[in-house]
Amino acid sequence: MHIPDGYLSPSTCAVLYGGAVPFWWAAFARVKRLLTTRLVPLLAVASAFCFVIMMFNIPLPGGTTGHAVGVGAATVVLGPWAAMLSLSIALLMQAVFFGDGGITTLGANSFNMAIVGALVAHLVYRMVSGRTPLTSSRRVIASALAGYAAINVSAFLAACELGIQPLFFKDASGAPLYAPYSWNVSIPAMMIGHFTFAGLAELFVSGGVVAYLQRTNISLLQQPVSMIGTVSAVGAQPSSSTGWRLMSPLWIRLAMLMILTPLGVLAAGTAWGEWSARDLSSPEMRQRIQSASQNVAPPMTQPQGLERLSLIWSAPFPQYTSVLVRRRAFGYALSAMFGTGFIIVFHLLIGWVFGRPVKHPIKSSL
Amino acid sequence: MASQFRGRSRGLVERSLSTFIHTLQHTIDAEQIAKKKGLLQRFDPRLKILGMLPLIAIAALTRQLWVIGGLFGVALTIALLSQVSLRTLASRVWLGVLAFTGLISVPAVFLTRGRVVYILPILGWSITAQGVRAATYLIARTETAATFSVLLVLCTPWSHVLKALRVLRIPLVLVVILGMTYRYILLLLRTAHEMFQTRRSRMVGRLDGPELRRIATASAGVLMSKTLQLSGDVYTAMRSRGFCGEAYLVDDFRTDWVDWITLAMFTLIAVLAVWFGR
Repeated sequence: MHIPDGYLSPSTCAVLYGGAVPFWWAAFARVKRLLTTRLVPLLAVASAFCFVIMMFNIPLPGGTTGHAVGVGAATVVLGPWAAMLSLSIALLMQAVFFGDGGITTLGANSFNMAIVGALVAHLVYRMVSGRTPLTSSRRVIASALAGYAAINVSAFLAACELGIQPLFFKDASGAPLYAPYSWNVSIPAMMIGHFTFAGLAELFVSGGVVAYLQRTNISLLQQPVSMIGTVSAVGAQPSSSTGWRLMSPLWIRLAMLMILTPLGVLAAGTAWGEWSARDLSSPEMRQRIQSASQNVAPPMTQPQGLERLSLIWSAPFPQYTSVLVRRRAFGYALSAMFGTGFIIVFHLLIGWVFGRPVKHPIKSSL
Repeated sequence: MASQFRGRSRGLVERSLSTFIHTLQHTIDAEQIAKKKGLLQRFDPRLKILGMLPLIAIAALTRQLWVIGGLFGVALTIALLSQVSLRTLASRVWLGVLAFTGLISVPAVFLTRGRVVYILPILGWSITAQGVRAATYLIARTETAATFSVLLVLCTPWSHVLKALRVLRIPLVLVVILGMTYRYILLLLRTAHEMFQTRRSRMVGRLDGPELRRIATASAGVLMSKTLQLSGDVYTAMRSRGFCGEAYLVDDFRTDWVDWITLAMFTLIAVLAVWFGR
């Protein structure tokens, strides 16, 4: 799953670097504020652990072996933010020093494995483990499933990134310039290996590490290192500056983006591929679709599936406007606020359901 | 069956040990090559990064096969001038990349649609010109970019690479973390090696699959405990030496006219590659 240099186009690499940077920034800010002076040694040693764990040979059913990324175990013990950073640094070391994965594709690899992997692992672990005691076997299952889900989602993303290359990047003769396989090949090819060998390796490592720590050093499971400002297990001084001060730059940027959403009004026409069934029967729209599709004419009749499915759901704000709002720009801003508010409420709800602290008598002792 | 399990149990430990030893050997070899007196070794690390990173990116960006071939030729010339043998490059880069990327790109020769240039006699599979070009693009790009990356790392002590990253405006604290990560990778590799060596010295019986998995995952758990313990120890040691959150680097790099001429040549190659590779 470590995508080497040359498999992804520069624009794909740039987009994925762009996608990774805000997460790196937020993770770094969060971990730095929580860990203060402990940040440097903890991240350095945790990154070294992530690097070394990728070298372990895990015996799998059937007599074969596989390597794990360690994203599940790292997320459960370190928390998603510290795991994100540690895994990214480990991937950087692998790319630069051992040529495993590329330098131009570091953003893509980090986005797939470190960022999305850590977030998926965290979500699955929290959902499955719920409020069970730390010694519960459900925690082992939760960790194993977290690792399995994380590695498979990461692999799916990598397969999608590889799969879009031949669709967009070809030379004059039509030969693909980068990864040559489309989605119909890249996704099954990648997922078969990850549903089985790589996924199982991750499942065993994630579940096995948590099972081992339950028996020997349960304080490490008490609360992820980066979530509480570390743990007593490593003796850090938690910072008091959390909450609004930590998140304020993100909130300000979010507000600015919402204010800027009416810029969408300036874009003329419909985005390619986002046509409605009605557009296909309008002569003017048909002409536009044809000119935007390298002169390939759209079908003469409305595709039956498109027509049928388009009736299933009517959006409350079609085209980001409402019958109650006359000005389109205001409709855009209102839609942005509604959408953002909905997402925030949804996350608060998820956090309220799954995030209530576990009361456990065990005190850390390291 | 018994011998199969014995083989597997030994195989697990042996393979892990082999991986650790190979990695440690890799670092030792790299440090020895970095000490040689060659073109890249004497080049200022900051300018080296500024000169070589664009070449890696351009190898991935160019749309002309002959330009990628030219860049590969440049990489070979740099390697020879830096006393890095082609055998070293072949064993460290080319064969591995060829095995991996070659395997991936072979089906593209048959699956990519286009002008048929040959049909395999018995299987009847069509080889297309576009498929051959796609496979060649992929292999050539990957080999060239990997060669530049390995040359950069082989010919520069790791500590210098990290210090030189400051020229790219990478935050100081991140550079310090990367430096410490490298150091603790070696330490944890040695710890893992010792753990598996100890296990191997005690193994006299047969182990089945679940038991082998238990050993592997328990070893990972032990390593994680040791890691966090180590983090605490390192922190205490840093605090006792006056660390209060601020990191400093001793920047002792010096450039001379030869460095600037070399950077100019690298830049010229990069500009030409971009121009002809459009």
